[in-house]
Formats: sequence, structure tokens, C-alpha cells
Amino acid sequence: MHEFGAQLANGLALGAIYALIALGYTMVYGIVELINFAHGDVYTFGSFITLVILTALGITGEAHGVLLVVAVVVALLGSALACGVLAILIERVAYRPLRNAPRLAPLITAIGVSFILENALQLWKGPAPITVPALIPNPRFLGGTFSLAQVSVIVLAVVTMFALQFLVHRTRLGMQMRAVAQDRDAAALVGIDANRTIALTFLIAGALAGIAGMASGVYYQSTWFLNGFGAGLKSFTAAVLGGIGNIAGAMLGGFCIGLLEAFTSATIGGQWANVAVFTVLIAVLVIRPNGLLGTNLPDKL
Amino acid sequence: MIYAYAALAIVAAVLIDRFPSPRLRRIVIVALAIPLLLVPLIDPSEATRNLLADASIYVALALGLNIVVGFAGLLDLGYAAFFAIGAYAYGMLASPQFGLHIPFWVILLLAGPLAALFGMILGAPTLRLRGDYLAIVTLGFGEIVPQIFQNLTAYTGGPNGIPGLDVPSFFGKSFGASALPFYYLALALVALAIFIAGNLRASRLGRAWLAIRDDELAAKHAGIDTTRAKLAAFAIGASFSGCAGVLFAAKLGLVSPDLFGFQVSVLIVSMLVLGGMGNLSGVVIGSLVLTMLNSAILPQANMLAATLLHVHVDLSQYHFAIYGVILVAMMLWRPSGLIARRAR
Repeated sequence: MHEFGAQLANGLALGAIYALIALGYTMVYGIVELINFAHGDVYTFGSFITLVILTALGITGEAHGVLLVVAVVVALLGSALACGVLAILIERVAYRPLRNAPRLAPLITAIGVSFILENALQLWKGPAPITVPALIPNPRFLGGTFSLAQVSVIVLAVVTMFALQFLVHRTRLGMQMRAVAQDRDAAALVGIDANRTIALTFLIAGALAGIAGMASGVYYQSTWFLNGFGAGLKSFTAAVLGGIGNIAGAMLGGFCIGLLEAFTSATIGGQWANVAVFTVLIAVLVIRPNGLLGTNLPDKL
Repeated sequence: MIYAYAALAIVAAVLIDRFPSPRLRRIVIVALAIPLLLVPLIDPSEATRNLLADASIYVALALGLNIVVGFAGLLDLGYAAFFAIGAYAYGMLASPQFGLHIPFWVILLLAGPLAALFGMILGAPTLRLRGDYLAIVTLGFGEIVPQIFQNLTAYTGGPNGIPGLDVPSFFGKSFGASALPFYYLALALVALAIFIAGNLRASRLGRAWLAIRDDELAAKHAGIDTTRAKLAAFAIGASFSGCAGVLFAAKLGLVSPDLFGFQVSVLIVSMLVLGGMGNLSGVVIGSLVLTMLNSAILPQANMLAATLLHVHVDLSQYHFAIYGVILVAMMLWRPSGLIARRAR
């Protein structure tokens, strides 16, 4: 039973990180129908930036009190900002010129951008895993099952999701996003600047990846240049599982994939975790391509 | 020498589409194919033969993927999985692993249908997906296959793979340690691929593929059985990958799961994008250029940088970035490849 609790905690924390990344996939896919392949690498970039920020603050281990709060806030904001800017840059250079090209063209550039980013990150910090300081102290909750880091990651993901729901459904920008997603030309006719709206969507998606990168860096206390490849694919799976374009679905999918991975690792073995996740991806796409919470939309003509 | 050969092959591939008369084109192809056969004899170093054999295997792979991506417009990001299936078929059936020593030629013949079968198993449930979802599903498949080979340690040797594969022989005469027979075999596979792809493109099935690529909905409503046509593309493309896998494994003498990762699939996609998807001579050029870049030009550039600038860099570290830049730059500026095919 204790083992079950531990895996539940692991799975939920991992799932929270997948969920944060999946939110970015879902936002971008929702508005431009592009699988933003480079999104996972933006997430890795976030964990690298977090390391840089923590190092700059002189933090090498657990922090307490005011320093802890300052460090967390600065790392979160810094990482989110850096990743948001990176995502806007990617959109401007690699996706915007291809907005009216055949659908596969931007997907291919997205893979290209992903490879470039991975290589750049490898040149920056080397090919080996790198250590991130264990910032968060380690009191335990709920009978010792959950650590503070796990609880914070999960709370962070849920709060972010609600903030995003509010943004998309209750604000002017959110309304513009939904309008552009539905029909870009009609949105332009009523005076919405589609380019600006799409750029802002990428900013938000990038910022979410930055938050996820910060959370995973601090939670796992390590990162490496290819971190985002696997995490990106699994998060995309999460977004598809929940129903792409659906914010609550991305969160649900993220937790499902996280739990699946944690329990597969604990029972059958870690080397089967990827096989399990990708089997789920294929199965979902075949059986229920619109995901758990997705609605059935016809193909756009 | 090797560069002369590469230049020759590239010039040949560029020119072939430019020749108006089919008869003249045939003569040119034959005239250019003969030196292709003789080059390894003129330059007998094993390094050259090895490079040529590798290059030809990649050309065959790219031609096979071209049927899926270039003709039918289905972005397959897990093409290396079929390569792995072919290679592991040879690894498991012709090695001390199970004490099975099935002849190379039998496996070579069976690898095509075997890979085609896996292509259909993957394709049957997934081909009704939209383009980008299909890309992700194939990517997932491409991740699963090597992972399964790695995990089934009892059958596949796990992460270390299977060493000591049988050396093929031809009527009792062993291939030995030379890469030359593999070069000729791979060349034959390339010729077969060009022949099949060229004829298929003009066939009913090929026209169905092009219609699907350009507008699937319209193709469907014009009465094309799109599922069948797409399945055929998947199966035919996969079978080339399977055969190439057998050649690759037999030439290397070992198989291991890390030889068939996502990078391999993306490398082959980059070859197509560089040369021009759907364009046979372009694909040949794209794959030759990238293979040369990987195995000849980058190491040379390393030495050049070391001698001229006294800096020691390992440019092969930048493989990823080079593929990435190719994918982005080509899509932005030359979406139909370096040598765009003339519309007919």
C-alpha cells in the first residue's frame, strides 16, 4: 500500500509536468493546427534557464524562508519569459512564413527547429545529464507519501490550468484566440490581428513550457539536452488523449500519462514505460481520435 | 576519387530529368551506370567501398520512403522501424543467437514481404488519420520498435544487440570482409527501387497516390479507394526499408537497437526534403549529398580546421543541427527540393 501511495505521488507529479507541457501543445494546435514539434525542446530550454537563474542567485541546495520564495518566483518568471520569447521567435522564423503552405510543411520545419534546438542545448551544456540544485526543502505530507516538491508541482499545474481556462474563456485575448482558431479570415474581418493573436498564443505556450521546465528541473534536480524529446512526445500524447484543443483535457491526459508511466515503471519495469505510453497514443488515435474530452469536429475543407 | 564519383552521380541525377527524349535518357542512364559499377575497382581502398555501400543503402532507403512521403504524401517519421525489422530479421535468423543460419539470400528475399506486413499492420488502423496525426503515430511506432528489440533481451541481446552475424556467401564463395559485394547488392536494390518507383508513378496506383497527396478528400470523391492506395504505399515503402536493413546488418556484422532511432528516420526525411519529395533523381541526390556530408565532408572539414586554423572541432557533433537547418531552410525557400521537378 505504501508502494502504491509512492507511485501515485510520483505519477501525479510527473503527470503535472506533462500536463503543463501538454497545455502548450493544445493551445498551439487549437489555433494553428500545427504539432509544434519544438515545444519539448523549449521545455528543456526552460530547465536550463532555471539552472542559470539559480546559479546566479547563488543557490546550491535547499533554500528556506524569503530566499526560497524569491528563488521560486524569479526562476518561474525568468524561465517562463525566456521560453515565451523563444517560442515567439520560432513562430516568427519557422512557422509564420508557411502559414498558407501545405500542412506538412510547417510540421517538417518544426522537426528541423527541434533538431537545431537540441543541438544548441547540447553545445551549451554538453551531452551528459546536468544537476539542478535541490531548491525545495523536503517535509512530507499525507502520511509521508507526498513530498513538498511533489505537492508544489501538482498545485502549480492545476492553478496554471485554471488561469489558462480563465484567460481563454473570460478575457478579450481569449476571445480573439478562439475567433482566430475558428476562422482566421472571418476573425480578420472583424478587426482581429491574427498574426498578433497567434504570436501571443505562442508566447503563452512557451511560457507554459518554461514553467514546466522550471518545475521538472527543480523536482528531478537534473536535466539534459534531450529531455524534451521524450517528454514532448508523451505530453503530446497527453494532449491527444485528453482531446486536442481542450485545456481541461490536456490536464486530464497529462495526469493519466504520468500515472501510466509511474505504474508501468513500478510493475513491469522502466524500460517498458515508453512502449506503454506510445501504445496508448496509437490506441487513442485509432479508437477515439478526438480524445477523452474532445468533441467530434469534421475536417476543415 | 570519391568526390569525382559523387560529383558524377549528382550530375547524372540532375541531368536525367532534363533530357526530353526517353531513348536518349536511357542511353545516358546506361552510360552513367557503367562507371558506377567500376568505381570501386578503380579505387580499391576498403574505405571507399564501405562509403559507397553505405551511400547506396541510404539511397535505397530514401527511394523507399519517397514512395510513402513523396508520392502518397504520408509523412512517415518511423521509417527506421522497418529498417530495424529487416536488420533484426537477419540478426536473429543468421547468427549464433539461436543457432539458426538461414542463408542470406533467403532472408533478403523474405525481408521485403516481412517489412511490408509490418507496414500494413501499422497502416491498417492508422491510415485514416489526418496527415500530422499519422506522422506522430508513425513516430511512436518508430520509438516502440527499437525499444522492444532492446527490452526482449532473451531474444535480441538487449541493449548490446547481436554480434557475429553470418557472413553471406555467393554460390559457396564467402563475401569475406569486403564491402564490395554489399555495394553491388545495394546498387541493385537502388536500381530496382528506381525502376519500381518510376513505373509505379505512371501507373493507376501512382496517379491515385499523387491525387491523395494533393487533395485526399477530392481523391476520395473521385472514386479512389484511398485506404487501399495508402496501404499499398506503406507496404511497398516498408519493403525497401526491410531489404536495406538486411544488407545493412549483414554488412555491419551486428545489430543493436541504437542504430535505428528517430535520428535515422529524420535523416532519411532530410534526404527527401533536400532533394525534393516525390522527385526520384532529387531523392538520389539528396541522399548522396547527406551521406557524403556525414561520412566524408565533415571529417575532412575537421582536419582542414585543425591544420589551417589550428582549432580542434568535431563537426560531426553538429549532425542534428545540420539536418535541422536543412529541413527548415528547404521548407522556407525551396519546398520542392534543390532541383525542382518540371511539371509535366
